[in-house]
Amino acid sequence: MPASVTRLRPVTVIIAVLALLVVLLLGTLIGAADLGWQRVLGEIFAEVTGGQSPLSAREAAIVWQLRVPRVLLAGLVGAALAMSGATFQGVFRNPLADPYLLGAAAGAGLAATIVVVVSPAAGGWVPPAAFAGALGGVALSWLLGRAGGGTGTATLLLAGVAVGSFLTAAQTFAQQLNTDTIRQVYTWMLGGLNVSGWREVLIAVPYIGVAGVILCVCARLLDVLSLGDAEAASLGVHPARVRLLVLAAASLATAAAVSVSGLIGFVGIVVPHVVRLLAGASYRVVIPLSLLGGAVFLIAADQVARTILPGELPLGVVTAFAGAPFFVAILRSSRGKVS
Amino acid sequence: MKLRLAGVHAGYDGREVVRAVSVEVPRGSWLAIVGPNGAGKSTVLKTMAGLLPSSGSVLIDEKVLSRKERARQVGYAPQDPVLPEGLTVTDYALLGRTPHLGPLARESAADLSIVEGVLDRLDLTELASRRLRTLSGGERQRTVLARVLVQQAGLLLLDEPTTGLDIGHAQAMLELIDRLRHEDGTTVVSTLHDLTFAAQYADHVLLLSAGEVVAAGTPAEVLTAQALERYYGAAADILTAGRGELVVAPVRPAPSAARPPR
Repeated sequence: MPASVTRLRPVTVIIAVLALLVVLLLGTLIGAADLGWQRVLGEIFAEVTGGQSPLSAREAAIVWQLRVPRVLLAGLVGAALAMSGATFQGVFRNPLADPYLLGAAAGAGLAATIVVVVSPAAGGWVPPAAFAGALGGVALSWLLGRAGGGTGTATLLLAGVAVGSFLTAAQTFAQQLNTDTIRQVYTWMLGGLNVSGWREVLIAVPYIGVAGVILCVCARLLDVLSLGDAEAASLGVHPARVRLLVLAAASLATAAAVSVSGLIGFVGIVVPHVVRLLAGASYRVVIPLSLLGGAVFLIAADQVARTILPGELPLGVVTAFAGAPFFVAILRSSRGKVS
Repeated sequence: MKLRLAGVHAGYDGREVVRAVSVEVPRGSWLAIVGPNGAGKSTVLKTMAGLLPSSGSVLIDEKVLSRKERARQVGYAPQDPVLPEGLTVTDYALLGRTPHLGPLARESAADLSIVEGVLDRLDLTELASRRLRTLSGGERQRTVLARVLVQQAGLLLLDEPTTGLDIGHAQAMLELIDRLRHEDGTTVVSTLHDLTFAAQYADHVLLLSAGEVVAAGTPAEVLTAQALERYYGAAADILTAGRGELVVAPVRPAPSAARPPR
């Protein structure tokens, strides 16, 4: 393909995959427990070759049962939020669209709050409730958007705003009636991966994996949709069907991410825009690179969240704190490319 | 491609905008749809493109086409096309290959060489890797035309292809469409609000008023001073230029004869 065609170039993919391997390795080697990175490396080497590990059984468990699943989950959640954000921006032709736009965040927040309020000890029910709540919020927005009569995206967007406000109000109300649980709810809302293990990874993988495949396959159709509904239809594409498919896939990935990590902002907006600025605006580039870039970004952010202070910072705080200046720097360095 | 509409009614959300439109466009000819603002010109064009629910029949080579077949044989450019800013001219033109690809297929080298050929014909080769947002008005219009031509359709439906262009660029655009039409044997239907251009480029003119066809025929038959007065409320003379070309010239009414527009 000549330079005038925006396509995924092998060198770009290699760089992204290398970056992913680096943060995966760093995340495994360095953590809150001071095991010494050389000794962890020795443990990994021993695990692969079957040799003698420098770590005790308890230390090895910290690596394999806490760090590795947590790093993998950070990657999965980052990939899910970034590719979903890119999809939402494409479908709504709005650079500020994020994966929470259609009531996913508010629905998950309400469901999680209800679980915490009704039974503060049933923490294990928060993830499935949040998953159902996120999908419920999106489904409600979709149904309302259709009932509004419009087939376009403006009605759907407004329905999402209405549903989001309503569910958030309901969530705030439930929380105010039960102020003793406010801290638990608040901690969940700020987002974090501190309770994660292999179970969460296994829950999230299928949804995010399926959604990732669907979105990468449909990336070309997102480019066609960006011409507007009339032109897309004149090219033989069904705009409404494509929208339903990709929004469903993106919402599934978002719901899976929210259920295991709470609400982590900023990833869904910043990562796709950085990709656009650096690699081009075709969704055939933006979707797969957002997937990889989101994973890298969130693993790195989680690394900061769990190691920079003696205690643990909420991940959502770190993504915004680190993401905002980074985003501004990218914007400044590519002035003129953004109109 | 030959296009025939018989008794077509169409509109938006159940509101009928055009009624009982019948017209025949022979293969290789150019039909201009004209009429005052709001007469339904764009609606007729969209109906021809199969983009609106309609009753009556829209036949291409005497056949009703499925969405997929239609996408291969009918190219459509709306009046205000959306040009996704960050795409390059080549990226954008390649989207015109969509109807020729399967749902999972990727463009091949053959598709790319079709695009390169079209860009060359439209003098866009030097702009091939330019981002769409950096193009001037004339370049944008040519790029949209490139996207439509890449579709390799036998029937081109162009909604106001000269929107936003100055007189020179508009003329160049219409000359280009006419040259391509003759070279490829393509059938062209376009809405045109400039009646002089309609008179000089189209073989046939369809005059719409309030959603109905009020006149159809050659430019000289349709574009008369009486018709312009009656349907546009315009005072105009139909002049003849050096080589017999028709010119629709607005003429300011004498003060005593002035009357409020309808």
